[in-house]
Amino acid sequence: MTTRILRSLIGGSLTGVGAVVAAGAAHASGMATPWQINLQDAASPVMERVHGFHNMLLVIQISIVVLVLGVLAYIIVRFNAKRNPDPSRTAHNTLLEIVWTAVPIVILVIIAIPSLKLLYFSDRAQDPDMTLKVTAHQWYWSYTYPDHGDFAFDSLPVAAEVLEAGQPRLLTVDNPIVLPVDTTIQVLVTTDDVIHNFAVPSLGLKTDATPGRVNETWVRISKEGTYYGMCSELCGVNHYYMPIQVKAVSKERFAAWTQEAKEKFAARPAPAVAAAPAQSIQ
Amino acid sequence: MAHGAAAGHGAHAHGEHDHHPTGWKRWVYSTNHKDIGTMYIVLSMIAALLGGMMSWYIRLELAEPGIQFIEDTQFYNVLVTAHGFLMVFFVVMPAMIGGFGNWFVPLMVGAPDMAFPRMNNISFWLTAAGLVLLVMSAFVGGGPGTGWTVYPPLSSIAYHPDAAVDFGILALHVAGAGSILGAINFIVTILNMRSPGMTMHRMPLFAWSILITAFLLLLALPVLAGALTMLLTDRNFGTHFYDPAGGGDPLLWQHLFWFFGHPEVYIIILPAFGIVSQLVSTFSRKPVFGYLGMAYAMSAIGVVGFIVWAHHMYTTGLGVNARAYFTTATLIIAVPTGIKIFSWLATMWGGSIDFKAPMLYAIGFIFLFVVGGVTGVALANAGIDFALHDTYYVVAHFHYVMAIAAIFAMFGGYYYWIGKISGKQYNECLAKTQFWLFFIGVNVLFFPQHFLGLAGMPRRIPDYPDVYAGWNMVSSFGALLTMLGTFLFYYIVFHTIRSGKPAEANPWGEGATTLEWTVASPAPFHTHEVQPVISAGDHGHGGHGHGAHPRPAE
Ligand code: HEM
Ligand SMILES: [Cu+2]
Ligand SMILES: [Cu+2]
Repeated sequence: MTTRILRSLIGGSLTGVGAVVAAGAAHASGMATPWQINLQDAASPVMERVHGFHNMLLVIQISIVVLVLGVLAYIIVRFNAKRNPDPSRTAHNTLLEIVWTAVPIVILVIIAIPSLKLLYFSDRAQDPDMTLKVTAHQWYWSYTYPDHGDFAFDSLPVAAEVLEAGQPRLLTVDNPIVLPVDTTIQVLVTTDDVIHNFAVPSLGLKTDATPGRVNETWVRISKEGTYYGMCSELCGVNHYYMPIQVKAVSKERFAAWTQEAKEKFAARPAPAVAAAPAQSIQ
Repeated sequence: MAHGAAAGHGAHAHGEHDHHPTGWKRWVYSTNHKDIGTMYIVLSMIAALLGGMMSWYIRLELAEPGIQFIEDTQFYNVLVTAHGFLMVFFVVMPAMIGGFGNWFVPLMVGAPDMAFPRMNNISFWLTAAGLVLLVMSAFVGGGPGTGWTVYPPLSSIAYHPDAAVDFGILALHVAGAGSILGAINFIVTILNMRSPGMTMHRMPLFAWSILITAFLLLLALPVLAGALTMLLTDRNFGTHFYDPAGGGDPLLWQHLFWFFGHPEVYIIILPAFGIVSQLVSTFSRKPVFGYLGMAYAMSAIGVVGFIVWAHHMYTTGLGVNARAYFTTATLIIAVPTGIKIFSWLATMWGGSIDFKAPMLYAIGFIFLFVVGGVTGVALANAGIDFALHDTYYVVAHFHYVMAIAAIFAMFGGYYYWIGKISGKQYNECLAKTQFWLFFIGVNVLFFPQHFLGLAGMPRRIPDYPDVYAGWNMVSSFGALLTMLGTFLFYYIVFHTIRSGKPAEANPWGEGATTLEWTVASPAPFHTHEVQPVISAGDHGHGGHGHGAHPRPAE
């Protein structure tokens, strides 16, 4: 046991890291990369704005931490008992206290304005071109295309043992969502059991699937490619194994795919898409 | 400094005629605030071992991708849940409020004991019963794998059919009742039992922090109790409060839970503010800078803490205007929080700082709290929550700002007060080693989790896509250091009690001006039997709390 623990803590993961460098590179746009330290690449207008806003926040965050650390360092060097045997008794400075109340307020206003703009921008699709309906189940997703003949299919995770080269573990599904690029898509999210969350980081999507509700969000994918996400609300034993995979293709290929899909998925029994009460979203 | 000489004065004569039961009766029947405080501290140290073991086991599983140790993923979820509950309800709250609060609020305000000593006893035993029920819940059926947020329908009878969740609910009910009684006790003690001259505006900031915390407990816990009761009846008696099939709504739970849950995180961190203020002032040998601003900043944080709860619910389908409101309200909390940080820095500025272990922990606290604070400013924004909600960014944020920050204040408090509690002084060299081990450990543990979260790794998962392997390994290595630091702390406690040097009444010198340093170490069974009379200090800083002169009235 001990050796196993030690091995696991010290070196074990290197193989894992090595193995994914290759897989990661093939999908650089739609998933994280090893040792990544920042947000995934943006492929939708919402995520692009999230990037911009986060960059601004980062500057503010780092400045505050550096400022406080700098003052702390100065205090430690200058006001230790050796260098400063006689403490001052200053316990007030009204001007200083006003300044350190007012300056943060100004910074917060600077944050709040772009923050609220981003929020209202991200809320709803303007004149959506199509709708995708997402239904969560323990532990897989099903997708319905109401504007393209209302076909629907289940999307199940692919087990690690049967993955093909380049398919990332815990992220690959049998039937990915196929969506056209440069198309404003309204996404409706619901569930037929517990709460789940439909999330695709690089597309800026993250919306709860809540029983009794249909939540609305939207996306407009800017680049062709494959984008990965994972269920983002604890939903039981397989919560970690409920991937979302989006294949973004050109509009033409999407049109062709809907024709195929209608036949392919009509041949199978319709999935148990929940008839969630169509409740208002607010 | 005149008050330095007052050390050992107040209650020195009373040690001889302590009448108290001996053996187990002394503890089980105890109505003494010090004995009850000690029991709370022991309870918290036991729960910390349990909660800590669970977290290290989780980090061991997460050290590399794939499932290595915890084949049963329900058990993984149970570990995460139990870790969260144990740490919040049975480690931090008992140590800070029940432990240090009981020990030092009466001593600091010049009261002979808590206002309701028998109620104090039942508060403790309810907490202990809650701990037992919580531990039992993990062994009933599959255990509660709901996360500490217990969201229905996952926590409903359909998805958790055995009694585990009911045990968890009862554990929180019982511990919550204990906390409510304790809160009433603190409020009455602080408002009614201060010594003559100990005005509210002279009261040490630790007592202030406990007062505000007690009000938060009194207002927030009944809401949790109501929500839990509805969950219990949904599970067992066929009600549908949270079930849309019967006209209920799972979001009702989330609103009620977070109406309690957000104040709860301030319940955890406010006493830490109080402790850190005492430490910074003592070891800088300066009165707290902007004392009134500090007291009212805490009050403001307490009030605003009640109107920001839905920032935990940005992705639930909340209307956009509601999200705009909660974003704005949440950002506002940064203002009083900033006041606290700057005031601590200004207290140190110009001071003559002695970097004893408690002071190292106070400075460490400030660092952690600032890092956790700036990520909080990011999380406040509903617009960016698409990227951050339910990822490891959140795990990093709340461990920095609340969990580990609170542990730092607790460690600082332990070293600061252990002489007063046990009569023995800790070993400075060991304690400093422990600080550095723990400080480096928690940063290696939690800092990389920011990266994981930004890169999109969800929380509460036992296995993760292979791309996240690197930082997870680093994080787990940090957990190993943290574990060693924790064990070293237990050893130091053991070492202090067994072979520590006898502690003086005031081991910290003139910087330590609060009343607990005027009584002998260990503090006698009964203290302040004759009320000390407090008068404004003569240090020309306005006579605020910290500089008050204790003048025993004998
Ligand atoms: C000893 C150091 C600690 C370590 C190594 C640690 C580690 C962890 C880990 C690995 C998780 C699970 C993350 C996940 O899977 O999503 C977690 C969650 C959590 N921790 Fe800690 N933690 C520590 C201390 C604390 C403390 C002191 C608190 C107390 C206030 C705390 C409160 C929580 C809470 C509330 C959760 C969330 C549980 C949930 O998701 O339901 N932790 N911690
Ligand atoms: Cu899930
Ligand atoms: Cu909160």
